[in-house]
Amino acid sequence: MIEIADLWKAFGSLQVLKGVSLRVERGAVLAIIGPSGSGKSTLLRCINLLEDPDRGLIRVGDHEMRFAGRKRGNLADRELAAFRAATGMVFQHFNLFPHMTALANVMAGPSIVKRISKREAEEIARGLLAKVGLADKADAYPMHLSGGQRQRVAIARALAMNPSVMLCDEVTSALDPELVGEVLGVIEQLAKEGMTMIIVTHEVAFAHEVADTVAFMSDGVIVESGPPSRLLEDPQNSRTRAFLARFHRFIGDFSGSS
Amino acid sequence: MSSVGYVWDFSFLWGYRSLILAGLGVTIAYTIGTIVLGLIVGLITGLLRLSRNPVITAPLVAYVEIFRCTPLLVQIVWFYYALPVIIGVDIPAHVAAVLVLSLYTGAFYAEIIRGGVISVERGQWDAARAIGMRRGQVMRHVILPQAVKRMIPPFMNQSIIQLKNTSLVSTIAVADLLYNGTIITAATYRPLEVYTMVAVIYFIVLFPLTLGAQQVERRLARAD
Repeated sequence: MIEIADLWKAFGSLQVLKGVSLRVERGAVLAIIGPSGSGKSTLLRCINLLEDPDRGLIRVGDHEMRFAGRKRGNLADRELAAFRAATGMVFQHFNLFPHMTALANVMAGPSIVKRISKREAEEIARGLLAKVGLADKADAYPMHLSGGQRQRVAIARALAMNPSVMLCDEVTSALDPELVGEVLGVIEQLAKEGMTMIIVTHEVAFAHEVADTVAFMSDGVIVESGPPSRLLEDPQNSRTRAFLARFHRFIGDFSGSS
Repeated sequence: MSSVGYVWDFSFLWGYRSLILAGLGVTIAYTIGTIVLGLIVGLITGLLRLSRNPVITAPLVAYVEIFRCTPLLVQIVWFYYALPVIIGVDIPAHVAAVLVLSLYTGAFYAEIIRGGVISVERGQWDAARAIGMRRGQVMRHVILPQAVKRMIPPFMNQSIIQLKNTSLVSTIAVADLLYNGTIITAATYRPLEVYTMVAVIYFIVLFPLTLGAQQVERRLARAD
């Protein structure tokens, strides 16, 4: 479903991605963990071409794009838009449109991009708001919603384009701890329904629960990947071990103090 | 005349009321006309300046900076006296006046519009692009609605200044309020009363407008 091969990306002299390759089968969930600055978010942004990769191959469903030193602008606006429409993305900071109600946010894709009728778009949007538990917030503006509610609206907005894959970029990192659960619940539901997803997350326990594969990324490369039980409980690489030790220590501290 | 013992007398101005009103009409017409033209110039310039292509942006930057960094009075005089020499065609005073006032305020509007657009967070572009919107759709449906709200206060400010700026066209004999004031002065030798009246009229027109602008600004701030 998703295939990335030898993906490179630099910002100026800073090499952020150094040959990333990965594969996600239809209906599978890949969780990417790793320290800040390891290139996780850049990888996701490259997958739906919010950033132009310098080199490599990206395939999402039937869309395939090869990059070999192509500069921005060579890709037609229309081509890019079509590619992105099939790839849902949810952001750390929600990025809801503040001048639109929750309903209008979710309707934006179907009505503006797909140009389907307002009535049809509204029907889709109301259905998705109900799915994320926000049917009663349809007319609320983002400023009147909590962080968790905003993120759920953002998920509904991405789903409204009926994407074949979803990319989630640290979707709970900007949330108060008590609001994390409601957003993860929605993501977990999507995973159960068979949505193909790549999730960049700091929630190691959540990755363990929903992912079929967990990949550890550090310094622009995927250091190792495997089933959650193996990668999270018995990592082979020393960098992975060092990273996970932090979390295990936390868990240890908790159990020790109780 | 001595400043001591001067006897103020405004009564003679009544006899010039039609000249005063005509001048005020010209001032207001120039203000509204050049705001509209300036807005068109500013909109095109401001949006084109967002381009990444320096062939497009470089001349626009030059235009904006030249008009922002030279005095309006100098621009008016230059367009009226110097430009005809260069292009070999006489430019009537009212054409030069409209041209300069529109280009001058257009330069400021361009910056207001550009500033409004770039003040919208990058994440808004990301989100709109991610659901498949094309560049123009992102602008129209996501960026401009938010940007326009932020442009309104500086736009109102600049437009209020524009009404005062029109007084400079009197230097090339466009018959605005100030110019007609000088005519009345020449006829009556009473500049103190005349210019006091001119100042009061500008104030009476502008003061309610600034109050209105403050109201709008407060309402926008509350809605944020």
